[in-house]
Amino acid sequence: MKFKKKSEVKSEIPTASMPDIIFMLLVFFMVTTVLREFEGLPLILPSAKKIEKLESKRNTTHVWVSKAGLVSIDDKRVPIPAVRNVIYAKIAENPKLTISLKADRDTPMKVITDVQQEFRQANALKVNYAAKTRVG
Amino acid sequence: MADIAFLLLVFFLVTTTISMDKGIGQVLPAIGEELEVNPKNITKVLVNATGQVLHDEELVSLSQLRTKIKNMLAQNDKLIVSVKTHPQTKHQVYVDVLDQLKQAGATRISIAEPDI
Repeated sequence: MKFKKKSEVKSEIPTASMPDIIFMLLVFFMVTTVLREFEGLPLILPSAKKIEKLESKRNTTHVWVSKAGLVSIDDKRVPIPAVRNVIYAKIAENPKLTISLKADRDTPMKVITDVQQEFRQANALKVNYAAKTRVG
Repeated sequence: MADIAFLLLVFFLVTTTISMDKGIGQVLPAIGEELEVNPKNITKVLVNATGQVLHDEELVSLSQLRTKIKNMLAQNDKLIVSVKTHPQTKHQVYVDVLDQLKQAGATRISIAEPDI
Protein backbone atom coordinates (compact mmCIF):
# COMPACT_ATOMS: atom_id res chain seq x y z
CA MET A 1 0.00 0.00 0.00
CA LYS A 2 1.27 3.30 -0.95
CA PHE A 3 0.65 6.39 1.09
CA LYS A 4 0.03 9.53 -0.71
CA LYS A 5 1.51 12.75 0.53
CA LYS A 6 -1.27 14.81 1.84
CA SER A 7 -0.04 18.28 1.27
CA GLU A 8 2.13 19.75 -1.36
CA VAL A 9 2.73 23.00 0.49
CA LYS A 10 6.16 24.37 -0.04
CA SER A 11 7.99 25.03 3.21
CA GLU A 12 10.76 27.27 1.95
CA ILE A 13 11.65 30.69 3.20
CA PRO A 14 11.91 33.11 0.34
CA THR A 15 15.50 34.25 0.25
CA ALA A 16 15.39 36.45 -2.80
CA SER A 17 15.20 39.64 -0.75
CA MET A 18 17.88 38.60 1.72
CA PRO A 19 20.72 40.54 0.08
CA ASP A 20 18.59 43.67 0.23
CA ILE A 21 17.99 43.23 3.94
CA ILE A 22 21.66 42.53 4.55
CA PHE A 23 22.63 45.62 2.58
CA MET A 24 20.23 47.74 4.55
CA LEU A 25 21.67 46.50 7.85
CA LEU A 26 25.16 47.00 6.47
CA VAL A 27 24.46 50.59 5.55
CA PHE A 28 22.91 51.20 8.97
CA PHE A 29 25.94 49.89 10.83
CA MET A 30 28.36 51.70 8.53
CA VAL A 31 26.62 54.98 9.21
CA THR A 32 26.38 54.54 12.97
CA THR A 33 29.87 53.18 13.54
CA VAL A 34 32.51 55.50 14.87
CA LEU A 35 35.74 53.66 14.53
CA ARG A 36 37.99 55.68 16.75
CA GLU A 37 37.23 55.44 20.42
CA PHE A 38 39.54 57.40 22.62
CA GLU A 39 40.96 55.47 25.45
CA GLY A 40 42.01 57.97 28.04
CA LEU A 41 43.14 57.38 31.55
CA PRO A 42 42.03 54.55 33.79
CA LEU A 43 39.24 55.79 36.00
CA ILE A 44 35.95 54.99 37.64
CA LEU A 45 33.21 57.43 36.71
CA PRO A 46 30.90 58.84 39.35
CA SER A 47 27.27 57.76 39.28
CA ALA A 48 24.13 59.90 39.15
CA LYS A 49 20.43 59.54 38.52
CA LYS A 50 19.33 62.55 36.51
CA ILE A 51 21.46 61.91 33.49
CA GLU A 52 21.32 63.54 30.08
CA LYS A 53 22.60 62.11 26.87
CA LEU A 54 25.09 64.04 24.86
CA GLU A 55 23.60 65.34 21.66
CA SER A 56 26.14 64.42 19.08
CA LYS A 57 29.47 62.76 19.01
CA ARG A 58 30.91 65.22 16.53
CA ASN A 59 30.41 68.16 18.87
CA THR A 60 31.97 66.44 21.84
CA THR A 61 35.50 66.45 23.14
CA HIS A 62 36.50 64.17 25.94
CA VAL A 63 38.69 65.47 28.68
CA TRP A 64 39.92 62.80 31.05
CA VAL A 65 40.93 63.64 34.57
CA SER A 66 42.39 60.91 36.73
CA LYS A 67 42.41 60.49 40.47
CA ALA A 68 45.97 61.80 40.65
CA GLY A 69 45.07 64.97 38.74
CA LEU A 70 46.47 64.00 35.34
CA VAL A 71 44.61 65.49 32.39
CA SER A 72 44.39 63.85 28.99
CA ILE A 73 42.76 65.23 25.85
CA ASP A 74 42.58 63.10 22.69
CA ASP A 75 45.08 60.53 23.92
CA LYS A 76 47.65 63.14 24.85
CA ARG A 77 48.68 64.08 28.32
CA VAL A 78 48.21 67.81 28.80
CA PRO A 79 49.46 69.77 31.79
CA ILE A 80 46.62 71.77 33.36
CA PRO A 81 47.90 75.27 32.35
CA ALA A 82 48.06 74.13 28.71
CA VAL A 83 44.46 72.92 28.64
CA ARG A 84 43.19 76.34 27.59
CA ASN A 85 45.29 76.36 24.40
CA VAL A 86 44.19 72.90 23.34
CA ILE A 87 40.54 73.66 24.04
CA TYR A 88 40.79 77.08 22.44
CA ALA A 89 42.01 75.53 19.19
CA LYS A 90 39.14 73.07 19.30
CA ILE A 91 36.50 75.68 20.00
CA ALA A 92 37.81 77.80 17.13
CA GLU A 93 37.17 74.87 14.81
CA ASN A 94 33.76 74.06 16.21
CA PRO A 95 31.98 76.68 18.30
CA LYS A 96 29.23 74.24 19.26
CA LEU A 97 31.67 72.09 21.17
CA THR A 98 30.56 70.38 24.36
CA ILE A 99 33.18 69.06 26.71
CA SER A 100 32.57 65.73 28.31
CA LEU A 101 34.55 65.85 31.49
CA LYS A 102 35.39 62.31 32.40
CA ALA A 103 36.75 62.61 35.88
CA ASP A 104 37.39 59.85 38.36
CA ARG A 105 34.98 59.83 41.25
CA ASP A 106 37.79 60.35 43.74
CA THR A 107 39.33 63.34 41.98
CA PRO A 108 39.71 66.25 44.40
CA MET A 109 37.60 69.26 43.45
CA LYS A 110 40.73 71.44 43.33
CA VAL A 111 41.74 69.74 40.07
CA ILE A 112 38.22 69.92 38.63
CA THR A 113 37.94 73.62 39.44
CA ASP A 114 41.34 74.33 37.90
CA VAL A 115 40.36 72.50 34.72
CA GLN A 116 37.04 74.35 34.65
CA GLN A 117 38.83 77.68 34.96
CA GLU A 118 40.88 76.67 31.92
CA PHE A 119 37.69 75.90 30.00
CA ARG A 120 36.32 79.29 30.92
CA GLN A 121 39.52 80.96 29.73
CA ALA A 122 39.13 79.17 26.41
CA ASN A 123 35.46 80.22 26.31
CA ALA A 124 34.31 76.60 26.26
CA LEU A 125 31.32 76.84 28.53
CA LYS A 126 29.26 73.77 27.83
CA VAL A 127 30.44 71.02 30.11
CA ASN A 128 28.98 67.63 30.75
CA TYR A 129 30.16 65.72 33.80
CA ALA A 130 30.29 62.16 32.61
CA ALA A 131 28.53 59.80 34.96
CA LYS A 132 27.12 56.32 35.03
CA THR A 133 23.47 55.67 35.67
CA ARG A 134 22.88 54.77 39.28
CA VAL A 135 20.80 51.69 39.79
CA GLY A 136 18.03 51.97 42.34
CA MET B 1 27.72 39.52 -3.44
CA ALA B 2 25.58 38.66 -0.46
CA ASP B 3 28.58 36.92 1.09
CA ILE B 4 30.68 40.04 0.88
CA ALA B 5 27.84 42.06 2.33
CA PHE B 6 27.54 39.53 5.15
CA LEU B 7 31.23 39.76 5.86
CA LEU B 8 31.12 43.55 6.01
CA LEU B 9 28.00 43.40 8.13
CA VAL B 10 29.70 41.11 10.66
CA PHE B 11 32.73 43.40 10.71
CA PHE B 12 30.66 46.50 11.47
CA LEU B 13 28.54 44.63 14.02
CA VAL B 14 31.68 43.64 15.89
CA THR B 15 33.38 47.03 15.74
CA THR B 16 30.32 49.13 16.61
CA THR B 17 30.21 50.44 20.12
CA ILE B 18 26.99 52.06 21.13
CA SER B 19 27.63 55.53 22.42
CA MET B 20 27.59 55.62 26.19
CA ASP B 21 28.26 59.31 26.62
CA LYS B 22 26.01 60.35 29.39
CA GLY B 23 26.35 62.76 32.22
CA ILE B 24 25.17 65.88 33.95
CA GLY B 25 25.13 68.98 31.80
CA GLN B 26 26.28 72.30 33.13
CA VAL B 27 27.02 75.62 31.49
CA LEU B 28 29.93 77.50 32.97
CA PRO B 29 29.79 81.27 33.32
CA ALA B 30 31.91 83.22 30.86
CA ILE B 31 34.98 85.05 32.07
CA GLY B 32 34.15 88.46 33.47
CA GLU B 33 30.47 87.63 33.69
CA GLU B 34 29.88 88.58 37.27
CA LEU B 35 26.39 89.73 37.99
CA GLU B 36 25.00 91.50 40.96
CA VAL B 37 22.28 89.30 42.32
CA ASN B 38 19.78 90.05 44.98
CA PRO B 39 21.01 88.14 48.05
CA LYS B 40 17.44 86.97 48.63
CA ASN B 41 17.63 84.88 45.48
CA ILE B 42 20.73 82.99 46.47
CA THR B 43 20.91 79.90 48.56
CA LYS B 44 24.26 78.46 49.48
CA VAL B 45 25.21 74.84 49.55
CA LEU B 46 28.57 74.02 51.05
CA VAL B 47 30.32 70.69 50.76
CA ASN B 48 33.27 69.79 52.92
CA ALA B 49 36.17 67.42 52.34
CA THR B 50 34.48 64.44 53.95
CA GLY B 51 31.35 64.85 51.83
CA GLN B 52 29.06 66.45 54.38
CA VAL B 53 26.61 68.96 52.95
CA LEU B 54 25.71 72.19 54.65
CA HIS B 55 22.67 74.14 53.53
CA ASP B 56 21.41 77.26 55.33
CA GLU B 57 23.91 76.57 58.13
CA GLU B 58 22.39 73.17 58.74
CA LEU B 59 23.86 69.79 58.08
CA VAL B 60 21.60 68.00 55.60
CA SER B 61 21.56 64.65 53.89
CA LEU B 62 21.35 64.51 50.11
CA SER B 63 17.65 63.62 50.05
CA GLN B 64 16.86 66.37 52.56
CA LEU B 65 18.73 68.78 50.33
CA ARG B 66 16.52 67.86 47.41
CA THR B 67 13.27 68.45 49.30
CA LYS B 68 14.54 71.70 50.77
CA ILE B 69 15.62 73.05 47.41
CA LYS B 70 12.36 71.92 45.87
CA ASN B 71 10.38 73.82 48.51
CA MET B 72 12.49 76.90 48.09
CA LEU B 73 12.06 76.77 44.32
CA ALA B 74 8.31 76.56 44.75
CA GLN B 75 8.41 79.81 46.71
CA ASN B 76 10.92 81.63 44.56
CA ASP B 77 11.46 80.61 40.96
CA LYS B 78 14.38 82.99 40.53
CA LEU B 79 16.40 81.06 43.07
CA ILE B 80 20.07 80.55 42.32
CA VAL B 81 21.78 77.69 44.04
CA SER B 82 25.41 78.37 44.76
CA VAL B 83 27.52 75.28 45.30
CA LYS B 84 30.81 75.69 47.06
CA THR B 85 33.17 72.84 47.62
CA HIS B 86 36.31 72.23 49.61
CA PRO B 87 39.41 71.65 47.43
CA GLN B 88 39.66 68.10 48.75
CA THR B 89 36.02 67.21 48.16
CA LYS B 90 35.64 64.15 46.00
CA HIS B 91 34.15 64.54 42.55
CA GLN B 92 31.53 61.90 43.32
CA VAL B 93 30.07 64.04 46.11
CA TYR B 94 29.94 67.06 43.83
CA VAL B 95 28.17 65.05 41.13
CA ASP B 96 25.77 63.73 43.78
CA VAL B 97 24.92 67.27 44.87
CA LEU B 98 24.43 68.44 41.27
CA ASP B 99 22.30 65.37 40.67
CA GLN B 100 20.07 66.21 43.64
CA LEU B 101 19.76 69.82 42.50
CA LYS B 102 18.77 68.72 39.00
CA GLN B 103 16.24 66.32 40.46
CA ALA B 104 14.80 69.16 42.52
CA GLY B 105 14.41 71.08 39.27
CA ALA B 106 17.00 73.76 39.89
CA THR B 107 18.25 75.20 36.63
CA ARG B 108 20.25 78.11 37.92
CA ILE B 109 23.24 76.54 39.55
CA SER B 110 26.31 78.56 40.26
CA ILE B 111 29.64 77.03 41.04
CA ALA B 112 31.55 79.07 43.54
CA GLU B 113 35.30 78.82 43.51
CA PRO B 114 36.73 77.01 46.49
CA ASP B 115 38.66 79.13 48.92
CA ILE B 116 42.19 77.90 49.33
